[in-house]
Amino acid sequence: MKEDIKTLTISIYTENNIGLLNRISAIFQRRHINIESLTTSQSEIEGVNRFVIVVNISETQAKKIVGQFEKQVEVIRAYYHTDEETIYQESGMFKIKSALLFEEPQIQNIIKESNTRIVTVNKEFFVLEKSGRRNEIESLRRDLNVFGIMQFVRSGRIAVTKDEMKVTEMLLAFNNQ
Amino acid sequence: MDTQTVKKTKEVAAKTERITGSEAIIRCLIEEGVDILYGYPGGAIMPVYDELYKYQDKIHHVLTRHEQGATHAAQGYARISGKVGVAMATSGPGATNLITGIADAQIDSTPMVCITGQVFSHLLGSDAFQETDIVGISTPVTKWNHQVTKASEIPEVLAKAFYIAKSGRPGPVLVDITKDAQVSEFDFKYEKCTGIRSYIPVPKTNPEAVKAAAELINAAKKPMIVWGQGVILGEAEKELKAVIEKAGIPSAWTILGASALPTSHPLNIGMVGMHGNYAPNKLTNECDVLIAIGMRFDDRVTGSLDTYAKQAKVIHFDIDPAEIDKNVKTDVAVIGDSKDSLAKLLPLLNKNSHESWLQEFKDLYEVEYEKVIKNDISPTKEGLTMGEVLKQINIETKGNAAIVSDVGQHQMIACRYADFNITKSNITSGGLGTMGFALPAAIGAKMAAPEREVVAIIGDGGYQMTIQELGTIFQQQVPVKIVVLNNEFLGMVRQWQQLFFDKRYASTEMTNPNFVAIAEGYYIKARKVVKREELADAVKEMIASKESYFLEVCVEKEDNVFPMIPSGASVSDVRLS
Repeated sequence: MKEDIKTLTISIYTENNIGLLNRISAIFQRRHINIESLTTSQSEIEGVNRFVIVVNISETQAKKIVGQFEKQVEVIRAYYHTDEETIYQESGMFKIKSALLFEEPQIQNIIKESNTRIVTVNKEFFVLEKSGRRNEIESLRRDLNVFGIMQFVRSGRIAVTKDEMKVTEMLLAFNNQ
Repeated sequence: MDTQTVKKTKEVAAKTERITGSEAIIRCLIEEGVDILYGYPGGAIMPVYDELYKYQDKIHHVLTRHEQGATHAAQGYARISGKVGVAMATSGPGATNLITGIADAQIDSTPMVCITGQVFSHLLGSDAFQETDIVGISTPVTKWNHQVTKASEIPEVLAKAFYIAKSGRPGPVLVDITKDAQVSEFDFKYEKCTGIRSYIPVPKTNPEAVKAAAELINAAKKPMIVWGQGVILGEAEKELKAVIEKAGIPSAWTILGASALPTSHPLNIGMVGMHGNYAPNKLTNECDVLIAIGMRFDDRVTGSLDTYAKQAKVIHFDIDPAEIDKNVKTDVAVIGDSKDSLAKLLPLLNKNSHESWLQEFKDLYEVEYEKVIKNDISPTKEGLTMGEVLKQINIETKGNAAIVSDVGQHQMIACRYADFNITKSNITSGGLGTMGFALPAAIGAKMAAPEREVVAIIGDGGYQMTIQELGTIFQQQVPVKIVVLNNEFLGMVRQWQQLFFDKRYASTEMTNPNFVAIAEGYYIKARKVVKREELADAVKEMIASKESYFLEVCVEKEDNVFPMIPSGASVSDVRLS
């Protein structure tokens, strides 16, 4: 029976070492899994990084690749979660000609109704920032596209889980050994 | 190295001494108990070789004739000794030539540390002479790797390298060291690594899982064990034997599990897999409980997963949690060290015997004997067979030799027919299937265990992939015995062409050189056998020789290895002809 393909968020807590991204991406590459988005940053624990990777795969595949991540020496813990188990956001930035702000009053309505933030305004352009779910950012992009977007960029997903992940406890246990 | 990668170290008040990075490398190796290393010098590693000159009374460097040979020799050394094998090479092509051996060690879980020289750190990324991104290249085939750009990082990185290579599920580690790190001085002190916070090499065995496994085994009517190299790596041979004997379970082995239990043991039912024995393959699909110990359900073992042991409850003992449910869904997973897990299982098992079930294996063995084995080891037709050569080696070595086989038909024959009385006696390239493995691996094996008879069994194809290592054998005076089974074909590929490609022998026939002359050119005693009458005497002479010896045996050109599970077929569809 073919399993359902889901959008899953993979969280990998790692040491902050050079070359780890290469090791992690190689695990996806070998299995022909396309990465939808990848974010890496400092985590809540000092000196520990966290990768947040969004992929469309089955849960069986997810279990297997999480095992492969945890095999890596510098990976502390890895998890996968469904959308329902996480609180997640992305961020999009839009660069638009300043003249449009005055020539197209509709843009001001879009900004207001979508809770979009104006980051900066100068003579040539202004920059908008919108955080939210992918569909909210996409919807804003569609609305603004009509007027012309000079530049657009969207971040990878950032996510926190509803349940505890207990990485801190694990590290404390190691330090107390 | 980033200090966040915290290691726990022994609380030793180590004194510091101001030395160069190169000297530090050698001193670290000595601290780790390394007394032999295999390698090939070049520009970016020359400062280390210069230091080796000073320390040659402590570390014996073996100059192989190619860097690939250095890795395979280090693998052979590691496989027979259980210690970490060490290989060294320069940057660029020297480093990339290590990759085949590293990949081989990764898939076969062989502990190995490779040290490569690298261009000066200010030249990194500039396409400098003999610069390659060896850390990037080796990432997918190493257990861990790291580039050192400062001399002061050397002790900590090498301590980690040895700890990672040999702990838990072993594997290869590569440390790339820039030339400036080799030549600059720093205050040296060495502390062995004993733990890394992000790395749990041996997960604790869960007693509940062991109990569940014991209950399944005790209730089984037709249990069957398949053990792999995890038993040998975990030094759990005694525990395995005790479990098998107490519960009376017919037990089979994977190619890398060979020799953990003597071939002659009454519950040893042979090898599983593509060219394994008929009975264990066939009856995998009839057992009610399948107990996998330290094996990873490789596709060569399972054939089609859709039909593999579907009727059986599966218990999987493994040190690597990522192996659980990777290929075969298990009912009970016992994660942990095989020695510990099996020791905990033993007292929970009921004393048992499964005579009628064991008889089923014996009956199928008789079928295999009549149709395959008899013709392989006691042929009546004129041409020499590979099986009878192995039989003769068994007679002369009394089953006590370490057999180092290359890859191909002869490998399957060697594993099927060699008698193994002693553990760690089957050294072969299992997962990667690397032709060219055996000749250099035999060098490492013999140097690690000089008291043992080491016989390399090689095909004419694989032999010519690393034939230059005859030079290493000659220079180092390694008394390894080399048997080339010459069928003037890439035999296994030819067998597939015959069976599945309508006998279209595309590029598999080999016109071979005068192998005896080549061996003699390297001052190695050599003999060629073409007739059956000469075989026994030649093998006797070879085993009696105190020096290295080359024996070429011209065997049937178009012999096939059976039984065989065609690629992708079910294990119960194993063919006898």
